[in-house]
Amino acid sequence: MELNGGSVVAMVGKNCVAIASDLRLGNQALTIATNFEKTFPITDRIIIGLPGLATDVITLKERFRYRVNMYTIKEGREIEPETFAHLVSSTLYERRFGPFFVEPVIAGLTKPSEGSVPFIAGTDLIGCLTLPKDFVVSGTASDKLFGMAESLWEPDLGPEELFETISQTLMNAVDRDAFSGWGAVVHVITPDKVITRTLKGRMD
Amino acid sequence: MSAAGGGGAYSFSLTTFSPSGKLVQIEHALAAVNQGTTSLGIKATNGIVIATEKKSSSILIDDSMIEKVSIICPSIGFVYSGMGPDFRVLVSKARKSAQAYWKIYGEYPPTRVLTQEVATIMQEATQSGGVRPFGVSLLVAGWDSDRGPSLYQVDPSGSYWAWKASAIGKNMVNAKTFLEKRYNDDISLEDAIHTALLTLKEGFEGQMTEKTIEIGVVTVPTSEERVVPVGGRVKPTFRKLSEEEVRDYLAL
Repeated sequence: MELNGGSVVAMVGKNCVAIASDLRLGNQALTIATNFEKTFPITDRIIIGLPGLATDVITLKERFRYRVNMYTIKEGREIEPETFAHLVSSTLYERRFGPFFVEPVIAGLTKPSEGSVPFIAGTDLIGCLTLPKDFVVSGTASDKLFGMAESLWEPDLGPEELFETISQTLMNAVDRDAFSGWGAVVHVITPDKVITRTLKGRMD
Repeated sequence: MSAAGGGGAYSFSLTTFSPSGKLVQIEHALAAVNQGTTSLGIKATNGIVIATEKKSSSILIDDSMIEKVSIICPSIGFVYSGMGPDFRVLVSKARKSAQAYWKIYGEYPPTRVLTQEVATIMQEATQSGGVRPFGVSLLVAGWDSDRGPSLYQVDPSGSYWAWKASAIGKNMVNAKTFLEKRYNDDISLEDAIHTALLTLKEGFEGQMTEKTIEIGVVTVPTSEERVVPVGGRVKPTFRKLSEEEVRDYLAL
């Protein structure tokens, strides 16, 4: 899991969620890319973060795209965040004895008719789902992210405040991790739109 | 006519096109359905009722053990007209399909999706070697959060479509005419149940009692009922009426 490096964090706010990842892609100590995003949109209201082995990151993002497209066409509706989280869990468990080396983070809002309720979830590499109310962390800087999030997060943060909080959480955590960093990207999902910002950080 | 090796006379499909473009086996399957006891379904604003006659060929049969209205998953139920054993097999496959869906998505399939799966199974029996089409038509009633209550009919050919109210089986023509007169888009579930009973009564041979009919009902959950406790089970929206409940409705 420490071959390529990278970290992701997601947080719940008031009628919004945020998910952020660093941009580093490395080969152990050697950094080979500084534009490797680990967050991928699933629908307009759901984004998945995939830190871990880069080849599995790419493969899984394409696999989820395939499965969600099939779902959308077959069901004639967009997938909901919790349903997608279960899909992630069962997809990973399919490879129980030869797993994908990623520990996904999911962030989204339910559909407007259900109240646009914020949703976050995390799974381990074989699909164990956790559904916390506050934040989810994953990746090589996960320990540091836990510490930062635990101290900085508070409930009912608005979109702007949540952006500040999640950005500080990520930046300061990855600065303490050799395998994460080299820039970051943050998405804030609100009922109207997704606001994406790229952060300038320490390039080391 | 037989082919050498690999399955012999049964290796090719028994449903082959006639010159007029029909699949005669499917026509025959529909004839089997039309010989079956009448079943009907009515969609109301706040639910669906499906019902059927439970006709036994002998008074010695223990008809409390017959199950013609079957639950597939907490939100979907089936009723049929036609061959009982074929229905049993389809119910079994539908239940498995619903559980497979649950295993992937953590929730039960919407009515339309499950209907599609069952319809596909029925279609495969019209285009495979060595099998015959299923001799049943199904009425599928269910509730899901996307489309609310929905009622579908699936035929032996595998085609399916949604109904507001429909009947299948022996008395379907009269029953549908009856329903056309009595149905309106604002009908409530209670009225739908009464209408269903009246419709069944029209073509009923013999005494219509709580022991000779089966009724299944789909209700719309309230927003509290829709909340699933963590690690808990979703509250069923489809259920079969007990004999006492049926008796009460018949008495009215």
